[in-house]
Amino acid sequence: MTDKNGFFDLSRSALTRRTALKGLAAGAGLAVAPGFVRYSQAQSSAPIKIGFQSHRTGIGAAYGRWYEKTTAAAVKAINDSGGINGRPVDVIIEDDGTDPGRGAEVVGKFASQHKTDIVYGTLFSHVVIGSAPAAGEAKMPYFVVSEGHHVASTKLNRYIFQPGITDVKSQIQSMAPWIAANAGKKVTQIFPDFAFGYDHRDYLPPALKAQGAEVIAQIAIPPTESSFTKYFPQIPAETEVIYHVMVGPAVLTFVKELGEFYGSNRPQLFGFIDSLEATDINSPGLEFLDGSHFWEGSPRYAQPDDSPAQKAYRAAVGIDDNGAAVGDPKDVSTAAHMFGCWETLYVVKKAMEDAGYKGPEDRAKLVEATEALTEFAEGPEHPQGPKTFNGKIHQCFGIQNISKVEGGRLNVVHKTKIEDGLYEPEGDYTTQTL
Amino acid sequence: MHFGPHLLLAALEGLVTSAVLALTALGLSLVFGVMRVVNVAHGEFFMLGAVLAWAISTAISGHPALGFLAALVLAPLIVGLIALVAERLVLRRLNYNPEATIVATIGMLYIIQQLALTFYGPEARPVEPPFSYRILLPWFGYSGYKLSIIAASALLLVATWLVLTRTKIGLVMRATQYDSETAQAFGIPVTRLYAGVFALGAMLAAVAAVLIVPISQAHYLMGQDPLLLSFIVVIIGGLGSLRGTVVAAVLIGLSDGIISVFFSPTLAKIIATLLVAMVLVFRPQGLFGTTSR
Repeated sequence: MTDKNGFFDLSRSALTRRTALKGLAAGAGLAVAPGFVRYSQAQSSAPIKIGFQSHRTGIGAAYGRWYEKTTAAAVKAINDSGGINGRPVDVIIEDDGTDPGRGAEVVGKFASQHKTDIVYGTLFSHVVIGSAPAAGEAKMPYFVVSEGHHVASTKLNRYIFQPGITDVKSQIQSMAPWIAANAGKKVTQIFPDFAFGYDHRDYLPPALKAQGAEVIAQIAIPPTESSFTKYFPQIPAETEVIYHVMVGPAVLTFVKELGEFYGSNRPQLFGFIDSLEATDINSPGLEFLDGSHFWEGSPRYAQPDDSPAQKAYRAAVGIDDNGAAVGDPKDVSTAAHMFGCWETLYVVKKAMEDAGYKGPEDRAKLVEATEALTEFAEGPEHPQGPKTFNGKIHQCFGIQNISKVEGGRLNVVHKTKIEDGLYEPEGDYTTQTL
Repeated sequence: MHFGPHLLLAALEGLVTSAVLALTALGLSLVFGVMRVVNVAHGEFFMLGAVLAWAISTAISGHPALGFLAALVLAPLIVGLIALVAERLVLRRLNYNPEATIVATIGMLYIIQQLALTFYGPEARPVEPPFSYRILLPWFGYSGYKLSIIAASALLLVATWLVLTRTKIGLVMRATQYDSETAQAFGIPVTRLYAGVFALGAMLAAVAAVLIVPISQAHYLMGQDPLLLSFIVVIIGGLGSLRGTVVAAVLIGLSDGIISVFFSPTLAKIIATLLVAMVLVFRPQGLFGTTSR
């Protein structure tokens, strides 16, 4: 099909009538295929459709996989006990590639093609920030499980909620006293160079200052970086604590290289478990982490004082006492974050029931009903612990765990109180029109 | 940290980058030099090498060195075989036409990447290094394995150079690179040679990936950076020139290491790109390239 100059020449291959007809038939076949069916009208018994914006691929893939497992377990539990308002819950998953641009497209797809009732489940902060305008435009309630401060900052819009996981500003504020008192006063920060990392960059220095400690250096690392040794000389020699929070596929390399660089002669380490989420802390090369401390939203390893609700939640999601998948000890979960999926879905259930939610025409009522929530008691629906919810900033507040690496596992050594993480609201979403 | 040790660390990091880069870029350069094919899927052969290294080393139990050595031998062979099949099925059918092969290798890039995503998954998985000796310097510790990468890469580069300059097959390759039509007229089986060169290029990328995977991790998107850097190296060094490729790889690797340690990794990338632009403006054939006939 190439001419003597090697160029393609389509005019030489004749398009026969038969080929054209075949193509038309195939096109018509696609249009009536499943997926393209238009549901005429949501019946009262029709399922409630939750669009799950999942990080199936890209740098958030490990989180995406466990967010899906947790979501499946929570939806099964909800459906087994009668669903929401007597209607079953149906989850539709779309991959956003952990990419803000695709995230916005996925929200649009949920709104116009799948016609879901809500969109839910995003973790990575840049995807949340990229998708939020699309959700606001479609007037689509968007429940994220992201940990970033962007929702509570009231810089997004009235349709965005984070009711199942606390935000970074609150986490830092409640843990700063412990860091200053137990780890050291001179802190060097290592954080990923995007929105989530900037929350750490912006809120740690004032929080530590209030405790008489200080941040002496801040090192930003691109989230797609694969080699880290070159950044370590920037750590000042007088550093007493390295505060690290890294994300993405290279987290294991990050901690390994930190170990090679310092060996046993290291400063104190305080990390967000994000630096090791979905990674076995007993991987070769991580021995130097012994004795260091981590933030955990929900503990990865089963703790002696686990509540019955926590035990039931772990069994339902399918993780063993070491926080790995039951039957596959190498498949380590993202336990510190994924509980937020479970809790968010129960908040959605509660809000939909309060609102008497019937279908997409009630989305505004759902937003108002969610804003009216104030408290979530610890129990099977909220296994991580009790929470309060501020409807003005669409953010929940809860307890944080500080765990120590001891004998190849993470043991919780300190739990903060809800009050430790409260701060003055920076705005009020409820003043925005729906 | 004082200036001396700081510079030492920067140079070590730079040399590791150079070592891997030189092997990867050499593969790209060889394929272009002999076949005049710009292989956009080169980075995916790199990624395949790493993914296969993971698969092979996890399949073999016992000491991590056993699995690693098996991967070092088997992974490049398998990747070479895949490249051979791709060459037969795709490039040969396009008569090695320069424009058509660019589009075809872009297609191969996506096919290989998506197959890896489907069968290997989106996770980054670690491969255990064959040994984990930590060299303790007075100022900082450094991975002994990283230093061994530099040595292994240097050995492989010398071996490739010997093959190209001292053997009959090397002579045949150079003759084809010089003038493929005349070579064919003298009875050199050019298409068979092309298949071999394409496989060899892919194998060099795969070896580089097996060497780097214990300090990096196998991930289905890991082929993008090496591809970009290889192109930079090949453009600076001159397409098809072994000496130019090695010199440019060391130059880019060291400057990347030193600039990113002292300033920022972003600045290192900016300077590398600027260098490419300068070379293209003032010496389009590259530092060691010869003008095309």
